[in-house]
Amino acid sequence: MNRRDFLKGMAGGAGAVAAGGASSAEARPNREPAPEAVAMLFDSTLCVGCKACVTKCKTVNGMPPETRADETLPLWDSAPGLSAKTLNVIQAYTDGTAEVKDRETDGFAFVKRNCMHCVDPGCVSVCPVSAMTKDANNGIVFYDADACIGCRYCVYACPYDVPQFDYASSYGAISKCQFCNQQGVERLDHGLLPGCVEACPTGATLFGTREEMLAEARRRLALTPGSEYQYPRETLDAGLEVPSTVPAYYPKIYGEEQGGGTQVLHLSGVAFDKLGLPILPERSFASRSEGLLHTIYKGMFAPVALFAGVAWFARRNLQRQAQEHAGDPAEADSPRDDAHDDRG
Amino acid sequence: MHRAHPIGGRLVTPFTTLLALLSLIALWVLAQRFVHGLGAVTHLNNGYPWGIWVVFDVVVVTGLACGGYVVAFSVYVANRFQYHPLVRPAMLASLLGYGLGGLGAVVDMGRYLNVYNLVLPGQMNFTSVMLEVALCVAIYILVLTVEASPAFLERFRLHRHQRKLERVMFVFIALGLVLPTMHQSSLGTLLVVLGNQIAPLWQSYELMPLLALLSAAIMGFSILLFEGFFSQLGFRRASEAPLLAAFARPVAWLLVVWLVVRFAELTLRGKLGYAFVPSGLAAAFWLETLLFALPLWVLLSPQRRRRAHLLLVAAVAMILAGAVYRVNAFLIAYATPEGYHYFPSATELSLTIGLVALKILVFIIVVKRFPIISAPARS
Repeated sequence: MNRRDFLKGMAGGAGAVAAGGASSAEARPNREPAPEAVAMLFDSTLCVGCKACVTKCKTVNGMPPETRADETLPLWDSAPGLSAKTLNVIQAYTDGTAEVKDRETDGFAFVKRNCMHCVDPGCVSVCPVSAMTKDANNGIVFYDADACIGCRYCVYACPYDVPQFDYASSYGAISKCQFCNQQGVERLDHGLLPGCVEACPTGATLFGTREEMLAEARRRLALTPGSEYQYPRETLDAGLEVPSTVPAYYPKIYGEEQGGGTQVLHLSGVAFDKLGLPILPERSFASRSEGLLHTIYKGMFAPVALFAGVAWFARRNLQRQAQEHAGDPAEADSPRDDAHDDRG
Repeated sequence: MHRAHPIGGRLVTPFTTLLALLSLIALWVLAQRFVHGLGAVTHLNNGYPWGIWVVFDVVVVTGLACGGYVVAFSVYVANRFQYHPLVRPAMLASLLGYGLGGLGAVVDMGRYLNVYNLVLPGQMNFTSVMLEVALCVAIYILVLTVEASPAFLERFRLHRHQRKLERVMFVFIALGLVLPTMHQSSLGTLLVVLGNQIAPLWQSYELMPLLALLSAAIMGFSILLFEGFFSQLGFRRASEAPLLAAFARPVAWLLVVWLVVRFAELTLRGKLGYAFVPSGLAAAFWLETLLFALPLWVLLSPQRRRRAHLLLVAAVAMILAGAVYRVNAFLIAYATPEGYHYFPSATELSLTIGLVALKILVFIIVVKRFPIISAPARS
């Protein structure tokens, strides 16, 4: 083998990886929504920031209140964001004098933050031990602490900053919203609503199938601003309508296409990035990552071929080397019984 | 060419004592971590879930442990047996480096008692790049143990075992080339799923595995050069500079390929503009790029390449280049929501420093007592 072959070989190994990369562009499309995907529609324009959903979430899930540093008694919850103790939180966008609700300049708006239950979730894709799973039927992203090794790749990968690891504990776990249907809570299985939906007094958080929630969101975007609309509360057919004036909506449904779609959908009076929701392309990053991985490792063909190739070269070269130096003790590779230490 | 032989000499020196002290501090931090948890000894948070224990101890250190990978390719596949004297020190250093990486990964695991789930077929998630990296690294540590074992078999005069092993060594050599190709490229694939959370100057999607593999090869070559000079000075060996200079030649081409791929990707995807927007990220990019480009000044010139001190400077620059690229991609380029900050704590740093010290300490002890190094003593 001459130097040219050597360099070719070096490039070849890299080339296999590069070729894998180039052809993987559409190797795996986005996942489709689960057949009976449940969903939440959060309408920021209806939210009054009462945080009843935050309190109810804590009660249902047995989470302790989070107090500010200057509070000596934990009388009420003041969680500023998601944490190991908080699965659901209301945050505010403010600008300038913050005079008018749902206005970008000199206005303010509320946003509810909890797990988005992505249609094609990154956390499920990256978890090495299947501690994050997506229910094949209702699409809820569940977490199993008994499987989790605590690598926190899900925390690193989630674009919504949702999975929260408990660093304060000596043996922490991940906390995230599981639609109030995780083992031991199982509200949906018992015909109840997620805690936050049940607690919401204005219908800002609505529960239903993803199809129903998308249809309702589209209906709202088609309304004339300033007209009256009977806003449903809890679910579409609970019979709990609240009449309200239709605001000027930002003309998009967050979660319809973003990052492959989510099962928590947002409507808002301000642009979504103002609310801290990341702007993501339609193709999910999970599909792009898995497509690449599966192209390189398809059928383990490339690794096996590489193994066969280098094993053949190594064996041939070792044999040649042994023959060349068969009668040359100074350069012999094989050990001799008279080998000695010259230490000292 | 000389046979490998133990260097000999005292084990207790001021330098090894210092290394032992640093290792002991790491041991104390390790105890704190397991008793009180990650939060007690690190500055990790949910905005920065991966700190230096992952990004340095695993991602950078395993890259720097690619000396065995690179030398095995050069000697056994490219048939350059003149570099055979580099095999034993390289395999030992790689084994220690990967051992350190594996230990770092377990220490960083929040729920380490569940680690067995990585090998339960019912739990394994084959869409996870992390699973591929974890299993591949674990198997490679075993392969490196076999690849590094001839020196120990020779020392304990287990010649029959050594001869038996040598007959099948080509299998381990081949595994030792395939496994790092897999997991070192996958270290790049790890970041693809993060999408636009990684700044555009570093998020190259389908090219991530190629860049990670190239950086591994560059780091592997440069650490071999560095270790060569380290042994020469530290153990008072005869100069191996001509051998190292010849060995260093292909790395120049790796650097050229690196710069071409990196800039082609940035240009074709229209992202090069970010490098000229005054920002910390642009500064990090140019620092990294300079570290990759400057060694070419030494390596492309036959005269300069033969000057030992320049070659050493080039090696250090390339070690830093690989390390800075990986830290940039995993930590600096990582966009996290407002309100999160990360800088490693003193205890976090001392574990990393202590583990590296332990690696060097074990390397020195082994080299002094086992036949690893071939260069004769300086006359």
